[in-house]
Amino acid sequence: MTTPFNNNSRYKKSRYQQWYEALFGSKINSVLTIASLYFLYVTIPPMLNWAIFEANWLGSNASDCNSSGACWVYISVWWQQLLFGQYPSEELWRLVLCSGLFIILLTALILHKRLRAPLPKRLLLISTLLYPFIAFALMYGGFFGLAIVETRFWGGLFLTLVIAVVGITTSFPLGLLLALGRQSTLKIVRLFCIGFIELWRGVPLITVLFMASVMFPLFMPQGVNVDSLLRVLVGVSLFAAAYMAEIIRGGLQAIPKGQYEAAKATGLSYWQAMFMIILPQAITLVIPGIVSAFISLIKETTLVYIIGMFDFLGIVQFTASNSEWIRYTKEGYIFVGLVFWVICYSLSRYSRTLEQKPSNQH
Amino acid sequence: MRTITASFLFSASLLLMPTAFASTLDTVKDRGSVKCGVTNGLTGFSNPDKQGNWEGMDVDVCRAIAAAVLGDASKVTYVPTSSKTRFTALQTGEIDILSRVTTWTLSRDSKLGLNFAGVNLYDGQGFMVRKDLGIKSAKELNGASICMNTGTSTETNIADFFSANNLNYKTVLFEKSSEVASAYDLGRCDVYTSDKSGLAAQRLKMQKPDDHIILEETISKEPLGPAVRHGDDEWFDVVKWSLMALIEAEELAITQSNIDTFKNTKNPRIARFLGTSGENGKNLKLAPEWSANIIKAVGNYGEIYARNVGEKSQLKIPRGLNKLWSDGGILYAIPLH
Repeated sequence: MTTPFNNNSRYKKSRYQQWYEALFGSKINSVLTIASLYFLYVTIPPMLNWAIFEANWLGSNASDCNSSGACWVYISVWWQQLLFGQYPSEELWRLVLCSGLFIILLTALILHKRLRAPLPKRLLLISTLLYPFIAFALMYGGFFGLAIVETRFWGGLFLTLVIAVVGITTSFPLGLLLALGRQSTLKIVRLFCIGFIELWRGVPLITVLFMASVMFPLFMPQGVNVDSLLRVLVGVSLFAAAYMAEIIRGGLQAIPKGQYEAAKATGLSYWQAMFMIILPQAITLVIPGIVSAFISLIKETTLVYIIGMFDFLGIVQFTASNSEWIRYTKEGYIFVGLVFWVICYSLSRYSRTLEQKPSNQH
Repeated sequence: MRTITASFLFSASLLLMPTAFASTLDTVKDRGSVKCGVTNGLTGFSNPDKQGNWEGMDVDVCRAIAAAVLGDASKVTYVPTSSKTRFTALQTGEIDILSRVTTWTLSRDSKLGLNFAGVNLYDGQGFMVRKDLGIKSAKELNGASICMNTGTSTETNIADFFSANNLNYKTVLFEKSSEVASAYDLGRCDVYTSDKSGLAAQRLKMQKPDDHIILEETISKEPLGPAVRHGDDEWFDVVKWSLMALIEAEELAITQSNIDTFKNTKNPRIARFLGTSGENGKNLKLAPEWSANIIKAVGNYGEIYARNVGEKSQLKIPRGLNKLWSDGGILYAIPLH
């Protein structure tokens, strides 16, 4: 909305003036500005010196690093462990192929509507449903003559992504069902859903992981071993589903009663009403909550180190137990932090674009 | 109703029935690999080498057993365990042997259902302090704040030592050794306590390793050794005598490099060790050359020690108690015959 006043240059402040007022408009502002500038002056140059100008970029040994700067040689020496853990080198192409397919699928899912000739929905649906099986066959092996790589060799960024992606993709549908169940008119369904959600939300993730890795095997008959990664995946998914259920319930409750009644009045069945009228609106409302649950799930996967798995963060700890590299955990942690930031920030940017899309619902 | 109850009880009894493990030795032979529980990264004991393969004192025990049972030291599946998951992993059969800087105690040997097969390192809890504090003895530590790990015997030892000497202290607890070390290095506490072997490793991480000293006192006995499950004596024997063979080889001065020069030996002990006479292998249900295979793969005890934690490593822990009995230590091989 523009008014005649805004267009009048006499009243319009220049950008410089706006900045000046924000920074030095009052005595307090001036003091704060100068203090912050000083703080930046004190911290930024030494940090840049350490991380970039005096850092050691080239070499193959810890002795190629001097102590005045960061030793990025660490990353180049251990990159394979950092990305893939102890996955055998000669089978690495399988993981590369797997992540390539994942990226293609993800791009297709996100961008297919912008293509001039949109991809057929059925193709997308089929490839999305097929992908987990193809990925599993590639990662674990045992099919098409691929050697089996047991999950104890999985590690690094790869393991982190496996746990996060499985957790995210299974927790959403599960959480949806739980949220609907919690509003069900059938008492037994409702009680079961409330009990489930409150039980899983009432314990910290680390407890779930300990139950999965330490307690669960003791309940099993001796000699029966369920793969430890599978136990963790089930635990993480159920845990995340409980949170997801509550987020989606928030969305469901925000939909005015009239929508439910109108849907019913037009003769739609419960499921039709839910999937065509209520859920599309409810979920659009809670996208920020859903995405931040995903983001915190990605970060919480690092807890698996405590039960003896080498996730992206844990592998730094592991590689730095080599006596030559024992001093260089800092570089590893910074690298891991950066990668985590990139992943989580992209997710949150993507959620912004989803929110801004005009509601394309009925 | 009665049938329902009866069938419920029947299925419950099926679940609770103790299903005996198949013999671990046979399982390992069939599987073709030893599943060995190690740490998730501890310098000198189980850590990755430059190629990312496992190496270290505890890893060499695993390799020795694989060499003895399967004739090939590379046939080990390493299972990283944390200090919380290690015992469950052994109890549930996820691993065949726990070789993870684990202290041999009565309660672990009995109540936890473990059998310790021996000691591969006599360690003990010590203290590290800054040199400039001028402290010479742990008895001067009154009022100190002490950084340590949770969930190990470290806490109990500290409590015992300080109350026995009427000293006050404050604990600062962490889950991981790296956190303890960095907290100490940053000055969040005055003292860092842990097993001396661990202190030696963490000292390398300090900003200035030379600014720190490890005090003379050792306030605990920490005999570290590999453990197996209760109730499988055959496997227990294999692990126990594999450890013995490492020490026996050092007593006989048999090393990885000179073992082939003893082929025509007249010494009956050496001949038994090489498997050219006697029935050691048969008695353990192993190949006659089982002990020779161990030495060819990993060397004798002295070589393992030097390579991983001793003078040839960065840790440089003096051998101390871990010398042979004939050199003033307490290592003593029970006769192999």
